[in-house]
Amino acid sequence: MDNLIPVLVGLPLAGAAVLLLGGRRLDRFGHWLGVLASTASFGVGLVLFFDMLSRSTAQRPAFEHLFTWVPVAGFQAQVGFQLDQLSVVFVLLITGVGSLIHLYSVGYMAHDERRRRFFGYLNLFLAAMLLLVLADNYLLLYVGWEGVGLASYLLIGFWQHKPSAATAAKKAFLVNRVGDIGLSVAIMLMFSTFGTFAFGPVFGAAHTASQGTLTGIGLMLLLAACGKSAQVPLQSWLGDAMEGPTPVSALIHAATMVTAGVYLITRSSAVFNLAPTAQLATVCVGAVTLLFGAIVGCAKDDIKKALAGSTMSQIGYMVMAAGLGPIGYVFAIMHLVTHGFFKAGLFLGAGSVMHGMNDEVDMRRYGGLRKHMPLTFVTFGLGYLAIIGFPGLSGYFSKDKIIEAAFAHGGTEGWILGTAALVGAAVTAFYMTRVMLMTFFGEKRWQPDAEGHEPHPHESPSTMGIPMVVLAVGSVGAGALFAWNSSFVKWLTPVTGHDEGHSPLSSWTVSGITFAVIALGVLVAWTMYGRQPVQATPPVGSLLTRAARRDLLQDDFNHVVLVGGGQHLTRFLVYLDAKGFDGVVNGIAAAVGGTSGRMRKLQNGYVRSYALSMFGGALVLVATTLLMRAV
Amino acid sequence: MNPVNYLYLAALLFTIGATGVLVRRNAIVLFMCVELMLNASNLALVTFSRLHGNLDGQIIAFFTMVVAAAEVVVGLAIIVSVFRTRHSASVDDTNLMKL
Repeated sequence: MDNLIPVLVGLPLAGAAVLLLGGRRLDRFGHWLGVLASTASFGVGLVLFFDMLSRSTAQRPAFEHLFTWVPVAGFQAQVGFQLDQLSVVFVLLITGVGSLIHLYSVGYMAHDERRRRFFGYLNLFLAAMLLLVLADNYLLLYVGWEGVGLASYLLIGFWQHKPSAATAAKKAFLVNRVGDIGLSVAIMLMFSTFGTFAFGPVFGAAHTASQGTLTGIGLMLLLAACGKSAQVPLQSWLGDAMEGPTPVSALIHAATMVTAGVYLITRSSAVFNLAPTAQLATVCVGAVTLLFGAIVGCAKDDIKKALAGSTMSQIGYMVMAAGLGPIGYVFAIMHLVTHGFFKAGLFLGAGSVMHGMNDEVDMRRYGGLRKHMPLTFVTFGLGYLAIIGFPGLSGYFSKDKIIEAAFAHGGTEGWILGTAALVGAAVTAFYMTRVMLMTFFGEKRWQPDAEGHEPHPHESPSTMGIPMVVLAVGSVGAGALFAWNSSFVKWLTPVTGHDEGHSPLSSWTVSGITFAVIALGVLVAWTMYGRQPVQATPPVGSLLTRAARRDLLQDDFNHVVLVGGGQHLTRFLVYLDAKGFDGVVNGIAAAVGGTSGRMRKLQNGYVRSYALSMFGGALVLVATTLLMRAV
Repeated sequence: MNPVNYLYLAALLFTIGATGVLVRRNAIVLFMCVELMLNASNLALVTFSRLHGNLDGQIIAFFTMVVAAAEVVVGLAIIVSVFRTRHSASVDDTNLMKL
């Protein structure tokens, strides 16, 4: 059965190869080929999952060694797969949500003449992402890590005729490179410390390394996670990444790729558990990002960017939970899965709304859509209830557990983190209610566009409807399923370990407080956007609102500090080169040239002057001879 | 008579010749000045021969005369040739070798 593991990666990879190399003759049915490759991979994933389920806990992890990639003495790069309880969760999420989004894209991209290529890229992404979560060593993980970065770049810039999309793709690629440097340095550190980068040996030998090395590896892995998962300070690319087609935002920039950082931290738990400084940095990054993303989400009028801020914030929760150590790993992954359901559902809903509204993204031009798009309204609404953590839906089970784990961290830190998580929950409720009210409630605010076409909101075709319904069901039920009998915790404990911790507040108190702050957030949003009509033009807003509209000035910061600093450095180097090094070389040349110019004057062609120099020379010779004799 | 006086005379003649080479422009005069320098050195050589009491200086003086005769032949030929092409005996007119 284990030899099926490479098939998981191979199917979408083959799909990508066929679609990208097959040419125009595949245009008619190529998209279904993409759906088939992805669904087949999901089927294989299910088979492997049930096979794993039938085995005892100790026997569950499966390994499949494929071949030796780089066999050099002392450096053995293997291509091997590892399917354990953690990987299989990701495999099912990636292929499951991936298949749904493939199906959705059939409808969403129906009018795009480059649809075949789009499905090729989507399949490429699936293959790379599966490689990332199935690798049994860091080097192979790095291959997948770069692969998803490439697929993300290609898909953000899919509509490359739009300059904004092309720029956004480049921005995402470049910011991700900064994080990737972290991962490559971490791998080098591991190799120089342990002599290997395979998971098992590294985790087994982690306790032998010095504290400084472990902290270094941990911080470098955190940097990598920050880049891929859009965490502060490398978060600036995610908002712009919304330039890509909406299914891409749902699959890559909400459900799967951006959670790769959380996977990396959880997978490296053995390293992080031994490096408290790196863990502290991780919780700080998570806590800051969850507030940062939530605040940005509050101010955006673009529905996709509001959801992007939300994604950033929810991943902040996961990173914070992962940084808490064994108390949090399981809940980080649990929130990751439930978030995969409801955020993908929300994005698909947003895509459905855009599809019906002539690709309008400004929520101030929506309003009252619940009558026109009942199915989208219901599925989006369920996703909304799930993300704000309405009791009984999946967000409630995963997010409340993270808040609880934050308090259970203990001490002042625990209180600070718990409070941050609670504030984040309130703000989440606020901005999601805002999105909901502005889109589906109130009066219609849409107007004819420049060519005079008035949008006629309509329900999307069933290829788009079915995935939305399935994801809505997941948003409702997944949490309860995972929480039932603590099945998810028991499932993951053998890989990540689990520790209940000692929360200063009881589980019910936390739930009560969380529900209260959520209700407060919803109420404030209703007062602002439900009770009074939404203005079609955005108000000026407070200083904070204006800053949040500009992504809390992150781009301005990057521009002034990094771009400006870089430009100053380059200018200094150019100056140094022109005046310093070139100056020395040019100076020598000028000195030689000038001297030659003066010497040339001696060659005047007059016999007399030559004769004079000969006499001079003879005189010097004689004088020297006489002097030598005198001495 | 003290033979050193001949050396003074030779130096004087040599200086006159050298000055002539440096300041005159006419090729023929230049040539005569060169001859004057050669003869001054011959005089000095003969004087040294006398002073040292051997014939070395006198032999070299003969060699000098032979070389000077050959040089006059070649040099006058060049001067005539230059005069034919440039219609001038001034050495300043033949300045083609400058940069």
